[in-house]
Amino acid sequence: MSYLARVDVMLKPGISDPQGQTIEKALPVLGYDGVTGVRVGKRIQLEVEAASEDDARTKVQEMCEKLLANPVIESYEVMIG
Amino acid sequence: MKAKVAIVVFPGSNCEQDCHRAFSLLGAEPVMVWHADTELPNVDLVVLPGGFAHGDYLRTGALARFSPIMSAVQDHAEAGGLVVGICNGFQILCEAGMLPGALRKNSGLKFLCKWVTLRVDNADTAFTSLAAEGRLLKIPINHFEGNWYAEPDELDRLRGNGQIVLRYAENPNGSLDDAAGICNEAGNVFGLMPHPERACEELLGSRDGRVLLGSLLDRIESSRKASA
Repeated sequence: MSYLARVDVMLKPGISDPQGQTIEKALPVLGYDGVTGVRVGKRIQLEVEAASEDDARTKVQEMCEKLLANPVIESYEVMIG
Repeated sequence: MKAKVAIVVFPGSNCEQDCHRAFSLLGAEPVMVWHADTELPNVDLVVLPGGFAHGDYLRTGALARFSPIMSAVQDHAEAGGLVVGICNGFQILCEAGMLPGALRKNSGLKFLCKWVTLRVDNADTAFTSLAAEGRLLKIPINHFEGNWYAEPDELDRLRGNGQIVLRYAENPNGSLDDAAGICNEAGNVFGLMPHPERACEELLGSRDGRVLLGSLLDRIESSRKASA
């Protein structure tokens, strides 16, 4: 069966995110005050052939460890379905 | 006998000719090796040049580390062979786990292309042996992701071991501990963001790159003499 998987990859907390900081500085210029903690990540979407949802999750987590995220600086979250 | 240098060419590499010229000028015998090859020729040194290997898609170096040649590069390093990654090559070595840490986007979010001053903070390596400690080198940088990071306990370990070999005199990109070039614990794998191969001729503005590349060749020659 084919499962739709989505992976959110974010810089780990504490790792500086210059893109997020730049966006955070731009928002007050547009009149949006009181916005903090802006972080920029990426979403990767995959269709995965797997025997079950758990199997799909395990496969995608392996892909994250090996390729989709860099564990030195990034964390990831896998969503199936 | 001339030192043999393999320069690995990935799709998207763009500094391989500069490396070829620089190592030729220094009296070595460079050969180009395609990334899809599975074996290295018999060489003393492997160079991963700068550029945008595999388009730098996903993350810089993330896909290049899976190029077929990389298993042979790892074997070469594990057998004690010299490896140097310049700019994108440094990013590839970090992604491959052959060097510690990772390279993030420059803190100022700008692509940087300029001359910088580096300081040799460990002259007792195969990459810096022709320099005295504290020597300043004028070498250009040309990158967007040169902001090196390692976790705090790892950074302490690297500092203690003298693995942060080169530091920026003025930090251009936010790199942790001003690190511009590092080596592995065994001291045979090097990575740096600046481009020594572009600083080997007076006409180009500096010859200081010869200190680093020449040190590698000097090490090769002395280890040959020792084993002869």
